[in-house]
Amino acid sequence: MDSFTTGLQLFDSTIRLSAPLLLACLAGLYSERAGIFDIGLEGKMLAGAFAAGAVATWFGSAYLALLAAVLVSVALGLVHGFASITHRGNQIVSGVAINFIAAGTTVILGQAWFSQGGRTPSLPNAARFNPINLPGAEAMRGVPVIGPLYYELISGHSILVYLAFLLVPFTWWVLYRTRFGLRLRAVGENPAAVDTAGISVPWLRYRAVICCGVLCGIAGAYLATAQGAGFVKDMTAGKGYIALAALIFAKWRPVQAMFACLLFGFLDAVGIRMQGHPLPLIGEVPVQFMQALPYILTVVLLAGFIGKAIPPKAGGVAYVKER
Amino acid sequence: MSQPFAKLPAWADYGLLPLINLIVAFLVAGLVVLLVGESPIDAAVLMVKGAFGSGDGVGYTLYYATNFIFTGLCVAVAFHCGLFNIGGEGQAYIGGLGVSLVGLWLGNFLPWWLTFPLAILASALVGALWALIPAWLQAKRGSHVVITTIMFNFIAASIMVYVLVGVLKPAGSQAPETRVFAEGGQLPGLGWLLDLVGLSMRSAPLNVSFLLALVAAFLVWVLIWRTKLGYEIRTMGFSPKAARYAGISELRIIIITMMISGALAGMMALNPIMGAQHRMQLDFVAGAGFVGIAVALMGRSHPAGIVLAAILFGMLYQGGAEIAFDMPNISRDMIVIIQGLVILFAGALEHMFRPSLQRIFYRLGRAKNRTAAAAIAGGNQ
Repeated sequence: MDSFTTGLQLFDSTIRLSAPLLLACLAGLYSERAGIFDIGLEGKMLAGAFAAGAVATWFGSAYLALLAAVLVSVALGLVHGFASITHRGNQIVSGVAINFIAAGTTVILGQAWFSQGGRTPSLPNAARFNPINLPGAEAMRGVPVIGPLYYELISGHSILVYLAFLLVPFTWWVLYRTRFGLRLRAVGENPAAVDTAGISVPWLRYRAVICCGVLCGIAGAYLATAQGAGFVKDMTAGKGYIALAALIFAKWRPVQAMFACLLFGFLDAVGIRMQGHPLPLIGEVPVQFMQALPYILTVVLLAGFIGKAIPPKAGGVAYVKER
Repeated sequence: MSQPFAKLPAWADYGLLPLINLIVAFLVAGLVVLLVGESPIDAAVLMVKGAFGSGDGVGYTLYYATNFIFTGLCVAVAFHCGLFNIGGEGQAYIGGLGVSLVGLWLGNFLPWWLTFPLAILASALVGALWALIPAWLQAKRGSHVVITTIMFNFIAASIMVYVLVGVLKPAGSQAPETRVFAEGGQLPGLGWLLDLVGLSMRSAPLNVSFLLALVAAFLVWVLIWRTKLGYEIRTMGFSPKAARYAGISELRIIIITMMISGALAGMMALNPIMGAQHRMQLDFVAGAGFVGIAVALMGRSHPAGIVLAAILFGMLYQGGAEIAFDMPNISRDMIVIIQGLVILFAGALEHMFRPSLQRIFYRLGRAKNRTAAAAIAGGNQ
């Protein structure tokens, strides 16, 4: 029974930790499927988290905070679009620039506005997205196996976690069952064909970048107002890059993206839990190794030792309309 | 819209355009300063005064510039091959291992002029090896070098924390750093250089690795524009297809380029470790690897441009530290914003002002031709 509870708690924190990864990963999916590489997921998430933290502090409303996060993140996404779609700049360079701008601006503005070393003040529960107890969770708690499973694992997350996981089938539906999705995929594979069909390539790609911004904003708001209570300097800590890795690992497909994010979230959860606990046979694993594990795993996965990931064909290439 | 594009003269392409991009980046940075409630002009004056107003200011500026020359060259060499090496940060961090091992061990019984070349070799070798893996994965397995080098930055950071906290820390010490190197592991300062121009360096850590950085910049110029290998690297960067057609081995060039790039990043570790602190501390790279991206973009991947851009960023670092005394709201992180803006305007948006500039030059050229033609016609009558 004890190991059952431990396992449940492990999976529970897996879900919490993978939610922001999943949101960022799906964000990247919209953008990259349309042929716009996005290294800037990290920066957009960070800027979104800061906007959420600041607005929640001023107005005390989690939903306003979410809105602010989305707006800021979309604005940065539009900068990325302006550079890489309108001016056909290098998409990777532009993404890197956005990461630095976000990293610097959040700290400078945070320090100037709140004077707490770059963080925003701690948020009261009223200004956060709090865990929701699903109907019947308390009542079912006593039921063996299913009860704790429902109570611990499925119930008791913030609404953004449910949103993140609901976005998986939604994204699948958009991508594979709507006209917009078809065009989105087409513009990432063969923009000339889309152009020939009389559809504007830039406008389609801008919409993809906006979708990406919205989801990154939600991910940022989750970090600052659901998982944490306020913005902390550099709080994304590489999550944007891990999400990118998960996206490649999932070969740019939504359902697989969810499993990849759950895997990375699980590794994170195991790493946190294993700190100071020696393993049988191996002995105590250094914390640093567990922290590096997602990155090592990503490199191994990217190296194609487990299947080859083929990116959208027109990814990273600006479209030049023939004259 | 078929626009006649005049070719820009070289001075406009390599001087004017980067300058415009830079000015725009600083104007936007000025807006952030305004948003924080300080005067951008006062901040700029403070910064320039802090960076060049005194002997130790100049010393610090050039000390930081040394780091950025190395990392800028690292990014630039890879750029010439069409590769984007974001891993300079990690390669420099790991390169510190090479420097420290030489400093800790050989520094005990060899003079500095013997340890220095050995430390150069060690740091370059470790940095190159750290870049070798992403290079091999890119060339052989097709995994994107951008993503792998980012991952390798994180892995390097974890390894170095492990090594500094668990292995190299002297017994009984709390701080995650090595012991101070013996005499032979310390590089001499360049106080005499500043004395020549009548400045006193005082406590600034400028040291001989600055000269090494200048030599490295010259060697990179020789490599890229005066050797067969450099020609192959540039061919690969311009057109991988043409390179393949010409019988240039993609695998070989990618691996060699990335190893040179990594070696340059690794050598950056000499400056803070052997030159300034005489010990290896946690996070001694402090973002210099990333500054290298901005420096390389601003210097247009040319060593001369990189040295100038590195000095500019050295000024920002040193002047930025000085501003923080008078304007507590503006910390070092302001540099990160400027860095990002420079990367945005000089890198991703480098084409934004080009068409309008070309149009202006085209009009100027046409006007000149017309007056010349009128003069000739007038002469004939």
